[in-house]
Amino acid sequence: MSFVPVMLWSDALVFLLLLAGIASAWYVRQREHLLLPWRRVATSSVAMVSLLVLSFFLVVGLLDTLHYRVALPEQSNGKTVYSPEVLSVFDKLVTPLRAQTEKTYSAPLAVTLYAKESTSDASGNILRDYPRLRYGGVHLTDEQQRDGDVLWRGLTGALVGLMVGLAIVFGSKRWLAQRGWPLRALLIATLIISALIGMTVNLAAAYHVLGTDKVGQDVLYLSLKSIRTGLIIGTVTTLVTLPLALLLGIAAGYLRGWVDDVIQYVYTVLSSIPSVLLIAAAVLMMQVTIDTHPQWFDTSASRADLRLVFLCMILGVTSWTGLCRLLRGETLKLRELEYIQAAQAFGVSSFRILTRHIMPNVMHIVLISLVMDFSGLVLAEAVLSYVGVGVDPSMISFGTMINAARLEMGREPMVWWALAAAFGFMLVLVLAANLFADAVRDAFDPRFNRTEVVT
Amino acid sequence: MSALLEVKNLVTRLRNGARIVDDISFSIRAGETFALLGESGCGKSITALSLLRLLPDGVVRAGGTALLDDIDLFGLREREMRAVRGGNVAMIFQEPALSLNPVMTVGQQIAEVLALHQGMGGAAAQQRSVKLLAQVGISDVTRRVAEYPFQLSGGMKQRVMIAMALAGQPKLLIADEPTTALDVTIQAQVLQLLRDTQAASGMSLLLITHDLGVVAEMAHQVGVMYAGQIVEQASRTQLFAQPLHPYTQKLFAALPHAARRNQPLVAIPGSVPPLGSIKQGCRFTARCDKAWSLCSEKTPDWTVLEDGQGVRCHLYAADAAGRDKGEGIRVDAAPRFAPSPLSRPPSLLQVKDLRVHFPIRKGVLQRVVGQVKAVDGVSLEIPQGRTLALVGESGCGKTTLGKALLQLIPPTAGSVQFAGRELIGLGAGELRTQRATMQMVFQDPYASLNPKMRVAEILEEGMTALNIESNSAARQAHIDTLLEQVGLARSSKWRYPHEFSGGQRQRIAIARALAVSPQLLICDEPTSALDVSVQAQILNLLKSLQQKLGLSYLFITHNLAVVEYIAHEVCVMYLGRIVERGTAEEVLRAPKHPYTQALLSAVPRIDGARGERIRLEGDLP
Repeated sequence: MSFVPVMLWSDALVFLLLLAGIASAWYVRQREHLLLPWRRVATSSVAMVSLLVLSFFLVVGLLDTLHYRVALPEQSNGKTVYSPEVLSVFDKLVTPLRAQTEKTYSAPLAVTLYAKESTSDASGNILRDYPRLRYGGVHLTDEQQRDGDVLWRGLTGALVGLMVGLAIVFGSKRWLAQRGWPLRALLIATLIISALIGMTVNLAAAYHVLGTDKVGQDVLYLSLKSIRTGLIIGTVTTLVTLPLALLLGIAAGYLRGWVDDVIQYVYTVLSSIPSVLLIAAAVLMMQVTIDTHPQWFDTSASRADLRLVFLCMILGVTSWTGLCRLLRGETLKLRELEYIQAAQAFGVSSFRILTRHIMPNVMHIVLISLVMDFSGLVLAEAVLSYVGVGVDPSMISFGTMINAARLEMGREPMVWWALAAAFGFMLVLVLAANLFADAVRDAFDPRFNRTEVVT
Repeated sequence: MSALLEVKNLVTRLRNGARIVDDISFSIRAGETFALLGESGCGKSITALSLLRLLPDGVVRAGGTALLDDIDLFGLREREMRAVRGGNVAMIFQEPALSLNPVMTVGQQIAEVLALHQGMGGAAAQQRSVKLLAQVGISDVTRRVAEYPFQLSGGMKQRVMIAMALAGQPKLLIADEPTTALDVTIQAQVLQLLRDTQAASGMSLLLITHDLGVVAEMAHQVGVMYAGQIVEQASRTQLFAQPLHPYTQKLFAALPHAARRNQPLVAIPGSVPPLGSIKQGCRFTARCDKAWSLCSEKTPDWTVLEDGQGVRCHLYAADAAGRDKGEGIRVDAAPRFAPSPLSRPPSLLQVKDLRVHFPIRKGVLQRVVGQVKAVDGVSLEIPQGRTLALVGESGCGKTTLGKALLQLIPPTAGSVQFAGRELIGLGAGELRTQRATMQMVFQDPYASLNPKMRVAEILEEGMTALNIESNSAARQAHIDTLLEQVGLARSSKWRYPHEFSGGQRQRIAIARALAVSPQLLICDEPTSALDVSVQAQILNLLKSLQQKLGLSYLFITHNLAVVEYIAHEVCVMYLGRIVERGTAEEVLRAPKHPYTQALLSAVPRIDGARGERIRLEGDLP
């Protein structure tokens, strides 16, 4: 075998989430009344377009989650030896982006470096000029041809993308129409996205579309790789916060008494400790553990990955208090409602009241605040990376990108593209998630939850 | 006298075209009270808001004119309109607690109106506010003027609202359900205040209400609204002597009354049709028992009879002469409910000296500094298959008592015996087995059903919790019979509660309580959130269930008419104690305790006889 699949910790968690997602989708499909609100989500054009955008991010993230190591040509004692470098399927797909690194900064779509360098020509004269890039625009003989070439490549790429988009659109039109999904919005969105992808792909073959960073890595590649880190920080952290916040919040609100006191004290204490300090302490302790046990890890990727997973855990443990407080307040309101008292009058157990009566009625808050937190978490990662307690420096993330770009903001002329790329990608990701969550919340509002028209 | 306000062909609709107020015309003369009477959702409040041009988003006025003193209200510019609001026309709302700003003192809020409409400021405004508050009957004015709304009781807040409305010296006061949120005795005070003010200032009053009793006390002219239209308009005496429209007739017949004890109330079947659902024909057709083919084909025209009484019904059109106009309501000759036997059956529930005290805690250590005695030594008995009504005003502890009986609130002391078995001090397990014997129906049908559960799940919950009916098929069958019992279609099983109207929701709540086959139902104001016609449906249902299943009821209410109709025995509660107890006949005909007497005299009567009033001053301590 020329490669061996690698399962990192975060991969396992992602697959677990994916399985849970598929299982609950299957469960909902079997039950008409649970399916109904989702059907309504499907008729909302905002929801479906944002879902389309989200699914693009998800596909990139998932491809980037399938890790493997390639076999090296040498063998030791007849055994195949695998490269210490862990690659993902996504890396394989965009090999040119990954491999074609320049010397240092270059602007988006540039053919030369960003700074002048002294070079000596054949006759020994020292020239000070912008040197040509190693890969970006090497096919051009003259720098002046660049604009025309970029335009041509962009247009042809967009056109090809548009054709593919049209093919997809015509293939799925009838299928969409049958389901009553918002046809026009989806078609337009598909065409725009496919044209954008086509253009980027065609340009990326010859240029660095979003420029290169300090060590010459392609910024587009970095941005795409950051998607997985962002998604993992957002979702795995949620996996930790959600049970804590939900269970403790509604238990405190409903049971009151000493349970409430204990939970309130815990979260008041926790939220009065500066969270950066707490996280820094925990991450540093963990780093020491990792450093003292190198035998646990066979690759540097698995070490960086463990740090990421731990970061998620720690972020989760420190960030559940806000949601918990919110849910406690809402539960205090709900517990006085008459349907809760009716359930108490039947002697329904507290646990059942919590899960059947209170939990479904606070889910809208959970949904909205989780998606809102998502952007906060991605940003928190950036801040922590800045302090030096974020993800492993070798791991590509929006945080490390922003952190690296930060130093260059004060430079003249300014290096703006790394920051702009991270900003743009995060904006689209978080906005799409927010809009989708909003539409989902609306669809689950029981006032619109009609099974049929009552006369 | 000329008309102060002349409204012609007012149409207000939603942006999607559904008409909320459909072609309404009426006029109010100076110094007169015009009452708009109707059930919830028939467009009364929207009519008032249209006049003030304060319609909520998504609702637009689509036609008609309104002349106030010959000024076209709809032709004014917004800036001029602001001078009219609060100046010429003032409005008071249903919920006084929500219409006062909680962070401004009462005096400041009145001074604001004075500054706007009278150009008064400083000491003059201060003096005027004090005078206005004194005028609306607030005692200790100099202190009250500097107080915040939370320091005032509900009745006082409504008085302050009235003072604020009077500050602009309006010619027209619009009162939107001004007493609905208040207790009977307070309601009597506020209505008296409105009458006195009107007599003193000569302003006109547009009174919006659903309460026939209030109309009987206050109105000179009455417009009865149904589904966005005025279906009948007459002077008070005419209307109460001879209601013409079948809807008005039924409204009168639906009122519970002692004389109707042994017969079902005339309930209007169904509920008000949704907005814009009826394009042609009379809107009441579906619920009218006098309807014939013409009613659903042609929209009836406005017909004015010789004596000035107007009605929108084909029965009174010139070409429909000779049809049965149904003066007086046909009542089935044979009473449907067998009168209950005179002998007193053995008591099912015995309560002795029950106390529920809530500790007041203060300070860092949460030391108990006092007790709120919500229920303070109550003893009562409920016989098998009978109804005991617990009457009292808000805050007297009647709901707390009901919940204490169910052990939802732990009682402080006393004894509750159900069929000879002591309930207080039972362990959790033993209590669970007792739960099935006693159940509760709550006041607000909108809050008493979990919006995220379907009807079948709601009904099944109690059975599952108390292990009634072993398997799920038996439970489903039981749910079907329950739904049938309370008069709902079986198909409603798989729907969510919000798909039902208020009356239907209350039926679901009753079915939920019945699911575990209890012997005693505690009904906590089960009809106070419902319209009169729907209230009649629910009362009928409760009565017939009592006959069929031999249920006992503890009926908690503040509505004495309902008590007269449904109760066998009555307990009157005041400040946590029972002040009078006896059979319904005894207590309501010959009340002994002064509080009961005051309570009874405060109830507005639709026969229009304004008897000698015993006025209670002040509020509950």
